[in-house]
Amino acid sequence: MNEILVKKNLTPVTKLIVVKNPFVAAKAEPGQFVILRVRENGERIPLTIADFDREKDTVTLVFQEVGLSTILLGKLEVGDRILNLVGPLGVPAELPDSGTVVAVGGGVGVAPILPKCKELYRRGVKVISIIGARSKDLIILEDEMRACSHELHICTDDGSRGFKGFVSDKLKELIDGGLKCDEVVAVGPIPMMRATCETTRPYGLKTWVSMNPIMVDGTGMCGACRITVGGKTKFVCVDGPMFDGHEVDWAEAWLRAGMYRDEEKVAVESCQCGGGK
Amino acid sequence: MAVKQRTPMPMQDPAERARNFSQVAMGYTEEMALAEAARCLQCRNPQCVVGCPVSVQIPRFIGLIKDKKYREAIDVIKETNSLPAVCGRVCPQESQCESKCVLLRTGQPIAIGRLERFAADWEAKNGAATPEKPASNGKKVAVVGAGPSGLTAAGDLAKLGYEVTIYESLHEPGGVLIYGIPEFRLPKEVVRREVEYVKALGVKIETDVVVGRTITIEDLFDDGFEAVYVASGAGLPMFMRIPGENLNGVYSANEWLTRINLMKAYLFPEWDTPVKRGKRVVVVGAGNVAMDAVRCALRLGAEEASIVYRRSRAEMPARAEEVENAEEEGVKFHFLTNPVEVIGDEKGWVKGLKCVKMELGEPDQSGRRRPVPIAGSEFVMDCDIVIMALGTSPNPIISQTTPGLNAHSWGGLIADEKTGRTTRERVWAGGDAVTGSATVILAMGAGKAAAKDIHEFLSGPQDKW
Repeated sequence: MNEILVKKNLTPVTKLIVVKNPFVAAKAEPGQFVILRVRENGERIPLTIADFDREKDTVTLVFQEVGLSTILLGKLEVGDRILNLVGPLGVPAELPDSGTVVAVGGGVGVAPILPKCKELYRRGVKVISIIGARSKDLIILEDEMRACSHELHICTDDGSRGFKGFVSDKLKELIDGGLKCDEVVAVGPIPMMRATCETTRPYGLKTWVSMNPIMVDGTGMCGACRITVGGKTKFVCVDGPMFDGHEVDWAEAWLRAGMYRDEEKVAVESCQCGGGK
Repeated sequence: MAVKQRTPMPMQDPAERARNFSQVAMGYTEEMALAEAARCLQCRNPQCVVGCPVSVQIPRFIGLIKDKKYREAIDVIKETNSLPAVCGRVCPQESQCESKCVLLRTGQPIAIGRLERFAADWEAKNGAATPEKPASNGKKVAVVGAGPSGLTAAGDLAKLGYEVTIYESLHEPGGVLIYGIPEFRLPKEVVRREVEYVKALGVKIETDVVVGRTITIEDLFDDGFEAVYVASGAGLPMFMRIPGENLNGVYSANEWLTRINLMKAYLFPEWDTPVKRGKRVVVVGAGNVAMDAVRCALRLGAEEASIVYRRSRAEMPARAEEVENAEEEGVKFHFLTNPVEVIGDEKGWVKGLKCVKMELGEPDQSGRRRPVPIAGSEFVMDCDIVIMALGTSPNPIISQTTPGLNAHSWGGLIADEKTGRTTRERVWAGGDAVTGSATVILAMGAGKAAAKDIHEFLSGPQDKW
């Protein structure tokens, strides 16, 4: 259980692991996440499921080494086991059966978008994907995304590849160029999802986002993951993680995401595990 | 004959203990236990047993302590209670067994809880006898949740020969005993010992399984389980729905306590999970959970830790003993005070709690006098952490994913009070998942009742539900 079968470096700071867990593999649906713990005194951290294989009993996780727990996770090698892994958690994404969907993925957010695109493609929905990163070396899962997209647009902030600019800028260009689509799914860092929502808002274009707040238990007990959606408090772990992005209180979500920024630094420094780059 | 005084519990000095996580009540010595046991009148018709939700044979075990037969004493307790070291510490004995003690009229009832704890701790020190694993009757029962209710039901069923598997969503068994009740009231080592005992009875515990997500109750029946007991415990924390509740520095008591107890945030950065250490901490609510939360705040170094409660002292739901402990440690109490807004700074952090003064009006549905705001009495308490300890509503995942399993509109599973039977055949439920936030011992009582009824059902014709 929880053995790492495959490990790949997608970028210098982004890793992909394929983990054996028949329970999660059997029940996982696009949009859901797992909670894991790397060591006995470790945190419980949520990671969105990037892929699953019911035949092989595996789930795929993609993560960026940004804090202590992801740095420690990145140190595990093929054959190692993740101490604890529980899931699938959260409500599966509600995906349409027809029409056109634009999938927007920023940075490591391309990973959680992938299973949604796969499922949409399988259902015969027209999938137009826009993926982006700061520069060309940080673009992940391009081939996998291409395989389940009818159109794939690549953006980089520095213009080192594809469209120069944010994914939200590319989306605006496509919409203004006459793109007809029924809804948008955006996953990535908060500023990127927020910008995407601001882009689609004037067009009244339904935009789903996948929230990734700080969690503790992740099963509907602690309330750490609360956000405001449409003026009401929602718990991302049981009500989400997918929400109508036009209803999300982004300013609050951004402040809450930074609640432990100081402690995260202390944790990385005190463990001397070579992280914090 | 003059009644001897109840033997006092040795306690850590308040000023010292308010800054550490070691146990507050240190437990009876042998001499103290013998002195206390000698006070028991050994009533022929003992009412204390009636007052115990799990029917511990109280005079019998106290008699054995008096005779220094400690091993026999703990065995008697364990006949009906799988978690004696826990109960001896956290049960509200004053409203259960001890409230029925014939010596109550003298104001000095037998300290039953302290003696129970003594017996359990004696066993821990002197080595627990490995319980005999009963012969299997070949029938499989699943239990959802390894908290007090689930562990009790599992223990009782295992003793009857059932093959019991408990599915636990967290990485460690114990439920509220592990994530909720702090180390200084219930050391986690004690909980682990009790869990080991239940496992020694033959119970399997699968952690990291969220029933309703990882597997469903339908899956359990497909896997050959003949009955399922749902004891999934407390659910989502309740908030006040006042402005500012999502500011940084506002916690639910569940999150605050889970970080501190389950994740050991008080040992950060040795342990990886952090918690904010406030200078001025305000806890809203006055139940046992509120007391635990506010006392943790002191231990994390708060200069000032306060309780804000909209009713008066008399209506506080917490055990008197816990309130007293908190007061001794320096917790401040603001009664007849109700928050109306959490005030934040420009960076989104809590800087104050705006409250209104209340007065007691006419009695409400609960029979308690209803607190009414006094117009124009608003004031702001400076603080950097606010903790909402207002109770929880049961987690909806199981009722949503189990056809035929019905819940009340407020979220609690519908279950027969005596037997725990739900609206779905072969599914029983009890504890906080049914009652909403209640006590450890009531959850254990429900587990016990359900185990008994599961046994009756599975050994009968199984035709009536």
